[in-house]
Amino acid sequence: MASAFSATAKFAQPLPLNTTSSARSQDKLSPPALFDPFRTSSSAATSPFLGSTRQLLCKSNRPLSHRRSSSSSAVVAISDVKQKKPKSSSNLLITKEEGLELYEDMVLGRSFEDMCAQMYYRGKMFGFVHLYNGQEAVSTGFIKLLTKDDSVVSTYRDHVHALSKGVPARAVMSELFGKTTGCCRGQGGSMHMFSKEHNVLGGFAFIGEGIPVATGAAFTSKYKREVLKEPNSDHVTLAFFGDGTCNNGQFFECLNMAALWKLPIVFVVENNLWAIGMSHLRATSDPQIYKKGPAFGMPGVHVDGMDVLKVREVAKEAIGRARRGEGPTLVECETYRFRGHSLADPDELRDPAEKAHYAARDPISQLKTYMFENKLVNESELKAIDKKIDELVEEAVEFADESPVPDRSQLLENVFADPKGFGIGPDGRYRCEDPKFTQGTAQV
Amino acid sequence: MWGIVGQRVFRHGSSAMSLQGTRPAFLASRSFSSAAKEMTVRDALNSAIDEEMSADPKVFLMGEEVGEYQGAYKITKGLLEKYGPDRVLDTPITEAGFTGIGVGAAYHGLKPIIEFMTFNFSMQAIDHIINSAAKSNYMSAGQISVPIVFRGPNGAAAGVGAQHSQCYASWFASCPGLKVLAPYSSEDARGLMKAAIRDPDPVVFLENELLYGESFPVSAEVLDSSFSLPIGKAKIEREGKDVTITAFSKMVGYALKAAEILSKEGISAEVINLRSIRPLDRATINSSVRKTNRLVTVEEGFPQHGIGAEICASVVEDSFEYLDAAIERIAGADVPMPYAANLERLAVPQVEDIVRAAKRTCYRSSSLAATA
Repeated sequence: MASAFSATAKFAQPLPLNTTSSARSQDKLSPPALFDPFRTSSSAATSPFLGSTRQLLCKSNRPLSHRRSSSSSAVVAISDVKQKKPKSSSNLLITKEEGLELYEDMVLGRSFEDMCAQMYYRGKMFGFVHLYNGQEAVSTGFIKLLTKDDSVVSTYRDHVHALSKGVPARAVMSELFGKTTGCCRGQGGSMHMFSKEHNVLGGFAFIGEGIPVATGAAFTSKYKREVLKEPNSDHVTLAFFGDGTCNNGQFFECLNMAALWKLPIVFVVENNLWAIGMSHLRATSDPQIYKKGPAFGMPGVHVDGMDVLKVREVAKEAIGRARRGEGPTLVECETYRFRGHSLADPDELRDPAEKAHYAARDPISQLKTYMFENKLVNESELKAIDKKIDELVEEAVEFADESPVPDRSQLLENVFADPKGFGIGPDGRYRCEDPKFTQGTAQV
Repeated sequence: MWGIVGQRVFRHGSSAMSLQGTRPAFLASRSFSSAAKEMTVRDALNSAIDEEMSADPKVFLMGEEVGEYQGAYKITKGLLEKYGPDRVLDTPITEAGFTGIGVGAAYHGLKPIIEFMTFNFSMQAIDHIINSAAKSNYMSAGQISVPIVFRGPNGAAAGVGAQHSQCYASWFASCPGLKVLAPYSSEDARGLMKAAIRDPDPVVFLENELLYGESFPVSAEVLDSSFSLPIGKAKIEREGKDVTITAFSKMVGYALKAAEILSKEGISAEVINLRSIRPLDRATINSSVRKTNRLVTVEEGFPQHGIGAEICASVVEDSFEYLDAAIERIAGADVPMPYAANLERLAVPQVEDIVRAAKRTCYRSSSLAATA
């Protein structure tokens, strides 16, 4: 079966959504094997690796490629199975409204990040800024399926996750400028986007730090349902993290506990193949991250993270699984960041050919092409959205520019929820204001 | 082990003497209606956690061996039977993982109590204690508070070696966003544990393994389920006028004994039980020093950058003119804890060290050398 999908064949298909032949369109539009109703879930362990490592390995001009014999074994093309399922091209994956929503969200992410880069080089933003260009399909594909109660936990590359979840662009931009109108009043910064209203739980600078926190949020959902007996508590948590994190101990600890306690969480790996300058292949003994899921008793899925529709299909199933109480899922999204790790990264180690390959698979253009092909929208509607987003981002910058910097008195605020340090008594008031404040009575 | 039993008998004897005249220690508990009951620190902690868990269903317990094993030091005995495995969770040996899970649950308003088998293991999870618990309220500008309690035994036990004996009070107390508590008696344990569980901020609760089995008198007020002590207030365990001795956790017992010895030599020592390391009750310490003009700080941990250093700095800043003598810092030896019993005794402060230091501040000692 491997011969049906040799890597070179895959490599030669630059724009998967652009194909018109029905066989290929079935192949590209179909979700991976895990959620195939004709196969049992135990086949997740053999769900094939759709190609990032193989594609890279077969590029002979890449200096950093490692010929790994293990990955040449058993690359079963699940799409072969998919071809048996009849799928007419009129059975589309999205409606027009959904398509416009996805497009708008991705364009918002892209323009916002481009504007961040501009502002950084103009000195309005400072410190560490990590941009998400190129990975929008993952954020949009997953987060647009969530409700307001569902939680998202991310890493330092969190601007677009916050935007997709619903945090207003002006709040995020002011936060980046360090102004008091930011979503965290300027106290968090680029890497620490928190929003209680939209259930964005951060924004963590340490890789792997967000995973246990996300697992705890999922734990709360289950606890509220089972112990506190709140029947509607079924909120799902998504934990976003990268390929480098998948070698960290906390990741494995949480895979274990999430599967053990069947927590409603989806672990989303944004495998952009690079951890600053460390290639995933150089850092990982077995680069196929999705295989780590079944080792802990949960399904592991690999999906093309440059294709928002595929990501969305996988996300639907994974989030549905979690919401139904069937436990966690590990989803590996093969994606790519078009810019460096951060705005301070000169990005010298990545091969330009690799960058060009992925730039050709830009998720926004792919979605655009898909929508045109399938006559969902016309040019002018998309242009209108582009214009609207440009204005929104401009307005966010103006708002952030005009916002005041925090007062000096804000420095010492918010260290504690209970600042007087004496604790809050059972009646809900500060204990130090209680007239019967006592030091204790026993003589020792 | 025998040292502890000896201390207990001694202390009960002394308290009985100071209150009511000599009575045999084992009868002391039954004689007085006001201090009628005695409670071990272990029972105090167990009852406090039990009452808080029954009062608020959002409180849950997570840690290694807290459930079926009844607690590594039997602090959580009986809680699994009472509250079930949904609220008393035995975890795999994954401190970083389960501490982070606790923090994530606290973000959403649950109230976890995370037990570390000893605080030495908290180092595997310290990223979550500091970076995702302590700093979150600040980073999110007050949106997300973390009502979590991290508890476990801290400091040296008996003969457990270097990796199980470190005192973490100064490490955690230096971090803004955390509250750090160190109880001594059963009343402290009960009151501070309840306060910690009800508190909306992350609290590091440093217990002491050797104190778990010790009994202390408790009044009826302490046994009431709504009893709690304020966080951030120290207690003056013994009033005095010549020298102030500050201590926390096990060292309070040593300081009280030292005060007894000093009183026979005509030095009246005031013993302050800090109870709360962060926020430190600088007001009480300073007003006591202004009264006595001399200070000895006692702690079990390493001397450099320790609790004593912070108290010294605070007193020098606020009450410099009132000091009549240099401040004495008594701390553990500046070495990883040795294993041999005699070396271990040399590495931890003893009552004699406190007595000698107090005498030095009163200019009563014959030599300035601090060695034995």
